[in-house]
Amino acid sequence: MLVCQGPGIGSVTHKSTWALGARTKKGLLADVISTVEFSHSGDLLATGDKGGRVVIFQREQENKSRPHSRGEYNVYSTFQSHEPEFDYLKSLEIEEKINKIRWLPQQGAARFLLSTNDKTIKLWKISERDKRAEGYNLKDEDGRLRDPLRITALRVPILKPMDLMVEASPRRVFANAHTYHINSISVNSDHETYLSADDLRINLWHLEITDRSFNIVDIKPANMEELTEVITAAEFHPHQCNVLVYSSSKGTIRLCDMRSSALCDRHSKFFEEPEDPSSRSFFSEIISSVSDVKFSHSGRYMMTRDYLSVKVWDLNMESRPVETHQVHEYLRSKLCSLYENDCIFDKFECCWNGSDSAIMTGSYNNFFRMFDRTTWRDVTLEASRENSKPRASLKPRRVCAGGKRKKDEVSVDSLDFSKKILHTAWHPVENIIAVAATNNLYIFQDKAN
Amino acid sequence: MFARGLKRKCAVDEEAAPAYSLQRQSLLDMSLVKLQLCHMLVEPNLCHSLLITNTDQQIQEEMTQDGRWCMPVPQTAGRASRDLLVSTEILCCCTWEGVHPAPDPGDLASEFQVVPAVQAPRGSPGSVWGRDGPQENRGSFHKSLDQIFETLESQSPGALEQLFSDVHGSYYDLDAVLTGMLGGTKLIQDGLDHVVDILVET
Repeated sequence: MLVCQGPGIGSVTHKSTWALGARTKKGLLADVISTVEFSHSGDLLATGDKGGRVVIFQREQENKSRPHSRGEYNVYSTFQSHEPEFDYLKSLEIEEKINKIRWLPQQGAARFLLSTNDKTIKLWKISERDKRAEGYNLKDEDGRLRDPLRITALRVPILKPMDLMVEASPRRVFANAHTYHINSISVNSDHETYLSADDLRINLWHLEITDRSFNIVDIKPANMEELTEVITAAEFHPHQCNVLVYSSSKGTIRLCDMRSSALCDRHSKFFEEPEDPSSRSFFSEIISSVSDVKFSHSGRYMMTRDYLSVKVWDLNMESRPVETHQVHEYLRSKLCSLYENDCIFDKFECCWNGSDSAIMTGSYNNFFRMFDRTTWRDVTLEASRENSKPRASLKPRRVCAGGKRKKDEVSVDSLDFSKKILHTAWHPVENIIAVAATNNLYIFQDKAN
Repeated sequence: MFARGLKRKCAVDEEAAPAYSLQRQSLLDMSLVKLQLCHMLVEPNLCHSLLITNTDQQIQEEMTQDGRWCMPVPQTAGRASRDLLVSTEILCCCTWEGVHPAPDPGDLASEFQVVPAVQAPRGSPGSVWGRDGPQENRGSFHKSLDQIFETLESQSPGALEQLFSDVHGSYYDLDAVLTGMLGGTKLIQDGLDHVVDILVET
């Protein structure tokens, strides 16, 4: 199956000017994209950034007069989701950076999404308005109130078309439930509840109720000095509303069944791959820390991302993953330098394609990797302006770890570790991918589309 | 943790001290400095602090098992001492044979240009040592540690004490630290004393 040969049908740049001229005091830092998520149908693509803004792109409808524009994503809505806050009790500033966005399944004309920063989750309603009422009795067209005593006749307001306006309004604010930094949110398949996870706890919320949540996982020890691992990611099963998984900084994944007990401290399944003693080093624990966990669409598998690899697990087998894909094994000999410059702590995400036949994750130097699970082929591509002209095919990249560097190969020592692709997303149905490279968003599409 | 065949030597003669021990020591120093920097942040990242702390503990456990703490070369030795803190790439590899080779891509369709299996270089520790990479990293390694130490050294002794004075407790008990309740962690304290010794000798 063709994974993605990917011409860039449009190279979309995420700029601060899209935030309607709003610039934060942090300047350009606010534009760094921190999360990317397609909606369930794929017609909308949401991005969150370090400045607390959410930008939603919409795919253009097929238009015979503009055949080349089919499938292009253009800005649909921009809004400020989170603002920097100050916790006066602890004298701490709470960052407005959006950590995660998750769409709710569409139930009506309006669209809903959850966005979260370190402490607070918000439910946003995005709705379209293309009509407005005219002919009110109590106010003029410019909004000024009319004197009721001077009204001598009544009229019925009529709806008139107007330019499409997309409104984003906060419908719920779920706050004050997390002491530590929220790293994950996940909407349940029951479409009524969702979970939020921080370093030590996972809470269950009802979408309609903001003043309380249930704590379902708590790994905080009585004595904090006994703490050995933290929660790094969590997700609900796509079909079984009672099942969730969470990963840890020690490279383990626990599957919990909410039917077994109210507090899911005891897991139902424990996934851990035995360590290879021949490759053990001081950095083994750090590189085994799972930065992302994602269920496959089928619900039979889950995928975990650690520093050097992506692993696919069969939920029926806890002893080891069924597949391991090396993302950038050439970095294993550089772990010390990467520890020194803190890159070893980078949290890469991973994603499945719609049919679960391929997976994708990011790397450094603006490289991202795609693995075809059926053919076991993999490819390295680069998301950069210089290499991505609209409608041009992406050229596969190669990294040379040592020895003589061939033409077109990039040497490991010349990789730019400041250019990291942490966030990627795959359209739920088609071969369209979104890749966030610092403050730029790239959307690539299969040529066959 | 030791590569097979690498003999351990008594560290009486500092110039003959095994490279591994020196590098392990510098990794320990680096970890301690990182932990310090973590706690200079207004709100430390718990996961980040924990991973560094666990790494730090692993190093100290191994050093304890070895039966000795390798005291750092005194700062007064100047650049010569810094030169001994060469690239620590050697710590990344436990075996010198390199990684397991990936499947041969030769039989795959040419439609997809497959990234060839990337293998870590094979050879003796000496060859790992002598490549350009480690030297390049040495420079950056020196720069970052130098910067950190210079920043700390430039402050008055009083400021230094103040810097370390409030870090007695658990590194990851945010609640306790933030509410002013400080516990004690002997292991961390020993590490802190060690770092202070390095700076005081300057």
